Amino acid sequence: MRILRSVFGAGVALLTCALMTPTRAADIKIAVAGPMTGSTAAIGAQMKAGVTAAVDALNAAGTLGAKVELVVADDVCDPKQAVAVANRLAADAVSLVVGHYCSSSSIPASNVYAEAGVLQITPGSTNPQLTERGLKNVFRVCGRDDQQGIIAADHILEHHKGKTIAVLDDRSTAGKGIADVVAARLSARGVKDLQRGSYVAGERDYTALVSRLKRDGSQIVYIGGYYTEVALIVRQAAEANAKFTVMSNDPLMTKEFWNLASDAAQGTLFTFMPDPTKNAAAADVVAQLTARNVTPDGFTLYAYAAVQMWANAVKRAGSFETAKVAAALRAAPVDTVIGSLQFDAKGDNTAPGFLVYRWHNKVAEPVP
Amino acid sequence: MTYLVQQLVNGVTLGLIYGLIALGYTMVYGIIGMINFAHGDVFMIGAFVALIFLASLSTFGLSLPIALALAMTFAVAITSLYGWAIERVAYRPLRGSFRLAPLISAIGMSIALQNFVQISQGAQPKALPTMLAGGITLLSHDGFDVELSWIKIAIIVVTLAVLAGFTWLVTRTSLGRAMRACEQDPKMASLLGVDTDRTISLTFILGAGLAAVAGLMFLLYYGVADFFMGFIAGIKAFTAAVLGGIGSLPGAVLGGLLIGLIETLWSAYFSVAYKDVAAFSILVLLLIIKPSGLLGRTDAEKV
Repeated sequence: MRILRSVFGAGVALLTCALMTPTRAADIKIAVAGPMTGSTAAIGAQMKAGVTAAVDALNAAGTLGAKVELVVADDVCDPKQAVAVANRLAADAVSLVVGHYCSSSSIPASNVYAEAGVLQITPGSTNPQLTERGLKNVFRVCGRDDQQGIIAADHILEHHKGKTIAVLDDRSTAGKGIADVVAARLSARGVKDLQRGSYVAGERDYTALVSRLKRDGSQIVYIGGYYTEVALIVRQAAEANAKFTVMSNDPLMTKEFWNLASDAAQGTLFTFMPDPTKNAAAADVVAQLTARNVTPDGFTLYAYAAVQMWANAVKRAGSFETAKVAAALRAAPVDTVIGSLQFDAKGDNTAPGFLVYRWHNKVAEPVP
Repeated sequence: MTYLVQQLVNGVTLGLIYGLIALGYTMVYGIIGMINFAHGDVFMIGAFVALIFLASLSTFGLSLPIALALAMTFAVAITSLYGWAIERVAYRPLRGSFRLAPLISAIGMSIALQNFVQISQGAQPKALPTMLAGGITLLSHDGFDVELSWIKIAIIVVTLAVLAGFTWLVTRTSLGRAMRACEQDPKMASLLGVDTDRTISLTFILGAGLAAVAGLMFLLYYGVADFFMGFIAGIKAFTAAVLGGIGSLPGAVLGGLLIGLIETLWSAYFSVAYKDVAAFSILVLLLIIKPSGLLGRTDAEKV
């Protein structure tokens, strides 16, 4: 009987503890939203790893005086899912959304966040339209496609002068957007006979497209798209013995690209922001991530920096209110893992910078 | 000219993959008059089983033909087991109920299989390194070489062999006779001593085995597998089966070939982005002219 009573007592004590916890401090919810499943999932995983590490660091240091709780939301890189996810996060009253990744998701979701007064910082949506619509709650850590496309086009003009060029896109917001920028820049700088085309994302068979490029004698093929399709095109081109070099945009910064394309990936070019893992400021975070078996590649540190920017702005504003935090975000530069970062009036990164990289022996290395 | 030949080779290969999957749809429809919407996902299971075996076999350092033969055997065996279980769990309890019930349970099965693989294998596309590299140059003219890779040859040979084998099975063996008897009149067939349950079970097992062969070929050709791959491939193959005349084995392969060729040739000479529009427009036109499909028979309704 005594044993029973003590068990009961322990149970009551446990229950009270469990009931007490949430009332101790008001938790702050933030979310990471992006493609956690589907054909762009490797990038969603990068974002999630970065944000998780940043949240853990905030909680360990107790910087904000409140526990930060992380919500993970999956938009499958699909605009309809993105809007559904955005509505759910808005109803959940999250203070910050780090995301989304695909521009076709970020742009419709940003309307929902603007209406609900939720702060949105994207680590990877590069389409200019995201910040061009005068929304006060939208920021981006990465660069824009009207910068990225120019770098890509100028690289082609400088290193592959006089070659036959084709420009393709997957008809997505980001893919078509950047392909248009590249094609316009190439034409403006005197390239004639530019082949322009598009393909359907989500397919597996691109042999017809590859044979067509081979017949046209294309030597450089610029593709605005995502890594799965680009990998399949590169792989099928190697199989068809079509000797063209593919250049693409930022989604190629993931090992998954090499895994999917295997050796055919050798020599594929793409543009991405400077690799922040070598920054002195990032050394600790890189070590922490490596200890957790996470490779801090691609957008991982950009997502980490988004949370750092927000936490810093919250401290300066002394409030979690979106309008005040947004004003603080615009006010001053912050030292983050990707270097000193400042937002302009539109919410864009003032000094993003893009570099040209090349896949070489399983490693993405900058092209000098 | 060489360009056309190359695109025909591309189109035939793609079409035969559609045809291989379409055979599974058409066999099941032929025997119980039901569209097995989970068939595309059985194909996906086949690809994953083959992927897992190929990935683990490579650690033993087996030679390529042995590794492929083993992977094919395992994939067909395990996927057939899935086919049997699906029929047992989702379709047999509903036999004799109204026509739409098994259709709905097929869609449910399809979603269940997708989610099962998504959870157990992860949501990212899985890659297989190129195993059958290289090939032969068929023609060379005007600086354009027509390449025929080994994997394309393998797909063509395997599909035609499977088609021949199954046509023989359906027209010449006692199992085939039982299948045709069930197709015509299940009640009468069972009165005359045909074990209809067993025949239907075997049809599902054979259909799943076919899907596994298609899954392995698809995996070797494109080098990727993901939990969602059965959806698009399934829709295309189902379309192929309808186009060829659902219920007819050669019709399924013919329908697959036609869709593959239309898609490829449209991409080759017109727009890559609108190839599906072309393929499905032709499907609609053809079904208006010949509602039973290319090789389908119109059943005379007995009054």
